[in-house]
Amino acid sequence: MPAVSKGDGMRGLAVFISDIRNCKSKEAEIKRINKELANIRSKFKGDKALDGYSKKKYVCKLLFIFLLGHDIDFGHMEAVNLLSSNRYTEKQIGYLFISVLVNSNSELIRLINNAIKNDLASRNPTFMGLALHCIANVGSREMAEAFAGEIPKVLVAGDTMDSVKQSAALCLLRLYRTSPDLVPMGDWTSRVVHLLNDQHLGVVTAATSLITTLAQKNPEEFKTSVSLAVSRLSRIVTSASTDLQDYTYYFVPAPWLSVKLLRLLQCYPPPEDPAVRGRLTECLETILNKAQEPPKSKKVQHSNAKNAVLFEAISLIIHHDSEPNLLVRACNQLGQFLQHRETNLRYLALESMCTLASSEFSHEAVKTHIETVINALKTERDVSVRQRAVDLLYAMCDRSNAQQIVAEMLSYLETADYSIREEIVLKVAILAEKYAVDYTWYVDTILNLIRIAGDYVSEEVWYRVIQIVINRDDVQGYAAKTVFEALQAPACHENLVKVGGYILGEFGNLIAGDPRSSPLIQFSLLHSKFHLCSVPTRALLLSTYIKFVNLFPEVKATIQDVLRSDSQLRNADVELQQRAVEYLRLSTVASTDILATVLEEMPPFPERESSILAKLKKKKGPSTVTGLEDSKRERGADINGGPEPTPASAASTPSPSADLLGLGAAPPAPVGPPASSGGLLVDVFSDSPSAVAPLAPGSEDNFARFVCKNNGVLFENQLLQIGLKSEFRQNLGRMFIFYGNKTSTQFLNFTPTLICSDDLQATLSLQTKPVDPTVDGGAQVRQAVNIECVSDFTEAPVLNIQFRYGGTFQNVSVKLPITLNKFFQPTEMASQDFFQRWKQLSNPQQEVQNIFKAKHPMDTEITKAKIIGFGSALLEEVDPNPANFVGAGIIHTKSTQIGCLLRLEPNLQAQMYRLTLRTSKETVSQRLCELLSDQF
Amino acid sequence: MIKFFLMVNKQGQTRLSKYYEHVEINKRTLLETEVIKSCLSRSNEQCSFIEFKDFKLVYRQYAALFIVVGVNDTENEMAIYEFIHNFVEVLDEYFSRVSELDIMFNLDKVHIILDEMVLNGCIVETNRARILAPLLILDKMSES
Repeated sequence: MPAVSKGDGMRGLAVFISDIRNCKSKEAEIKRINKELANIRSKFKGDKALDGYSKKKYVCKLLFIFLLGHDIDFGHMEAVNLLSSNRYTEKQIGYLFISVLVNSNSELIRLINNAIKNDLASRNPTFMGLALHCIANVGSREMAEAFAGEIPKVLVAGDTMDSVKQSAALCLLRLYRTSPDLVPMGDWTSRVVHLLNDQHLGVVTAATSLITTLAQKNPEEFKTSVSLAVSRLSRIVTSASTDLQDYTYYFVPAPWLSVKLLRLLQCYPPPEDPAVRGRLTECLETILNKAQEPPKSKKVQHSNAKNAVLFEAISLIIHHDSEPNLLVRACNQLGQFLQHRETNLRYLALESMCTLASSEFSHEAVKTHIETVINALKTERDVSVRQRAVDLLYAMCDRSNAQQIVAEMLSYLETADYSIREEIVLKVAILAEKYAVDYTWYVDTILNLIRIAGDYVSEEVWYRVIQIVINRDDVQGYAAKTVFEALQAPACHENLVKVGGYILGEFGNLIAGDPRSSPLIQFSLLHSKFHLCSVPTRALLLSTYIKFVNLFPEVKATIQDVLRSDSQLRNADVELQQRAVEYLRLSTVASTDILATVLEEMPPFPERESSILAKLKKKKGPSTVTGLEDSKRERGADINGGPEPTPASAASTPSPSADLLGLGAAPPAPVGPPASSGGLLVDVFSDSPSAVAPLAPGSEDNFARFVCKNNGVLFENQLLQIGLKSEFRQNLGRMFIFYGNKTSTQFLNFTPTLICSDDLQATLSLQTKPVDPTVDGGAQVRQAVNIECVSDFTEAPVLNIQFRYGGTFQNVSVKLPITLNKFFQPTEMASQDFFQRWKQLSNPQQEVQNIFKAKHPMDTEITKAKIIGFGSALLEEVDPNPANFVGAGIIHTKSTQIGCLLRLEPNLQAQMYRLTLRTSKETVSQRLCELLSDQF
Repeated sequence: MIKFFLMVNKQGQTRLSKYYEHVEINKRTLLETEVIKSCLSRSNEQCSFIEFKDFKLVYRQYAALFIVVGVNDTENEMAIYEFIHNFVEVLDEYFSRVSELDIMFNLDKVHIILDEMVLNGCIVETNRARILAPLLILDKMSES
């Protein structure tokens, strides 16, 4: 190796750098840099041609200045000129400047492209290498346009030097990332895959990166890479460490290449070919075995490189998730790392084990490490490692260890880093709910959570505890007692006051028998917190008070006094003032019965996905949590079937500012304490009409009945009846849908929606207006739908209806019978015409035939009526056999008109029909034949 | 994929920066400051991987110099960690006991070495002799 002197003879550069280093202040540094920039600028602008050495010196200076964070706005042209130099040193410095400084200055790119083109054509491998590096570094779209065709050829040409192939592979990867449309797959793809077999490991390293990216986008085309990667990996893994001399790093054969090959294999499922699969399993076992062998070197580099491969192999094992034996071995290996003295290994082991926990094969094995993980939570000095431990505990949690894990997380929370507290709170809340067998434990846990980390308890968490307490009557008394006790603490978190206020307002009566928690004591306790709370909490408490008026008539006077006080009735906050005024009035004018109805206990909440889970997903990003959650849900599903939604008495979402004063006569809907000022709870608790219900049973039969008729009842259950009336002319139609409420109770949030698939939307246009969201008991609402057939279609739109009835959420879906034959116009024609046209449509694609068994009695008159109802003309005396039926008509669509002929031949003895459709369009023949065959 | 490769000293001065995704110059300075801050705040007992925004930092410290590599989740942390060391060994071989000054005064050469090892954010060469080959040609040419 040549001895490289500091500064390499470039004295000017050395002086400049020392000057910068000696600058005492930022200002001095900027001054010195500006002086240098001026100097270089004048040199570049000067008449004297600079020699290669000077150019190089100045470019180095500019690079240094750029590194210090100063933009360089000149010198680009000089750098471009260097590219066309024939001297390698000058060319090299020109390319360096451009790769570091140029991004997409379009004017320059064209000049640069020219130089690159020349260098690529030069067949000089060093020049080609420089040019390819430049494309890989800059990689603009213009470069892709210029070279996307050329690079694949360079890459797969037989006579290309290895180092050029390496650069070409990654250069192509760059172009594929910037402009995939310009890099079409072609003959070269299969040859690229074979680069995995290249004898030069550097080429394989570069090619593997390219193939991995391509395989992610086009898995089918690169499928053959699997077996090649496996055999390459196998050759590396089983080689003696002396075989791959050049690529062996501290006795580990080609560690970086092994990692890349294992990554590539993670783009695919386990290999189907048993031989390949066997070979891969063998490789993975060898890698796991090597981890147990005594190290070939004491150097940390050796074990690091070995472990890099090991972690990647474990990732692949987890990705395949198919070999229980390997999964358990992987888990044991990671278990060893959990206690390793290297923090890096502990961190990575916790991270990998987290994904391992979601596999059914290794979940139990992961659980055996619980004590170690809990210990990590307590003793690790690195917050990021502790965070991984929390993640792992969350992932390994199930019914058997939930109590222990939740307890450990709670105790960790007391000292946890502020940055991760909110996430831990969410996790504890989710686990406590999911694995609660005993809901008293759940209530305790959440109250502890509020006590320990109240500030990090988001609204979703305390909303959720209230939902659960309301839905489970077995825990209500306990909850009331517990919050009452918790509120005794001299300083308690506002979130506790909210939960306490709500729960006592609903269930305070359950503990009122105990003289220690008599109504008055409950009220005084809550009211002692009132003045310390924020406006939304105070609003909630006011609702609690009016609930108390109903629950405990004996404290009515006390509460009225409080409401009447100036601090309430004249409160500056309009929401508080309004509540005070309205509640006071309500408590004075309403009779006991009315109060009892208005202030009735809240009906159960419909079961839905936990809003906490949604929040955690949002926090973590959907991809990271979902997989884990899904598997968690499967395991947790049977444990926690959630309360059944009971059809409660009329429940409406209380509007926080609803005018209660005028409601003395008509009993209004129950007012619940949650109506806090911003209507926050209302939003969170209101149903998100998420999923569309599956089609109602019998929907298909009803649908078929409408093929030949336009009016009738489409759907009916105990609550709702849906009737249809429709008419069609040419390609247009109009349908009236009638929704009848069969009950005596209002439907609320009544929303019918028409759902068309993307395909259908393009061919059938439906227009409608929303209907009134309230449907009174016994009433009927009408919805008009305007229909236009744009071109022929096969699917049918789906009508989804969602509404609230009582406390429950209803969701009904039916297929709406808008079918292609509705756009039929009958055509009368004589026998001769009919058969002439019949012959014209003799192309095999135009005819569709179906032979089928009769489902109904074979009655001639009914059959005739059905054919007419279907929309075509029924042509008498056309077919030579009088038992046959023939019809003709035109399907009108916006784009075209399609002539249709049909012939139905009954065979009474066999109780069969043969139906033949001939139209000028294959899809039309097909669809009409399907529709009509179902009718007989 | 590797997003960037940085060499920063304890004073927070960048000695080498190479970005494999375009970042505006003013954002670079900001990013480099944040990155070195999060590395400096860590003790020896902490692991060498930092979750940083939506990606990860893998870093190693050599005397007063930090080498920090930003990677997305498709990279193996341990492999990158050891790759940093491989890079340092290559520098060590070329400069025979590399120091911060070598890197400052021979920025172009360090760039050439890095370009041979990482291209377009992917590890492309790990064999020392092959990494140094173009540089040796260059040196021979400038001697003559």
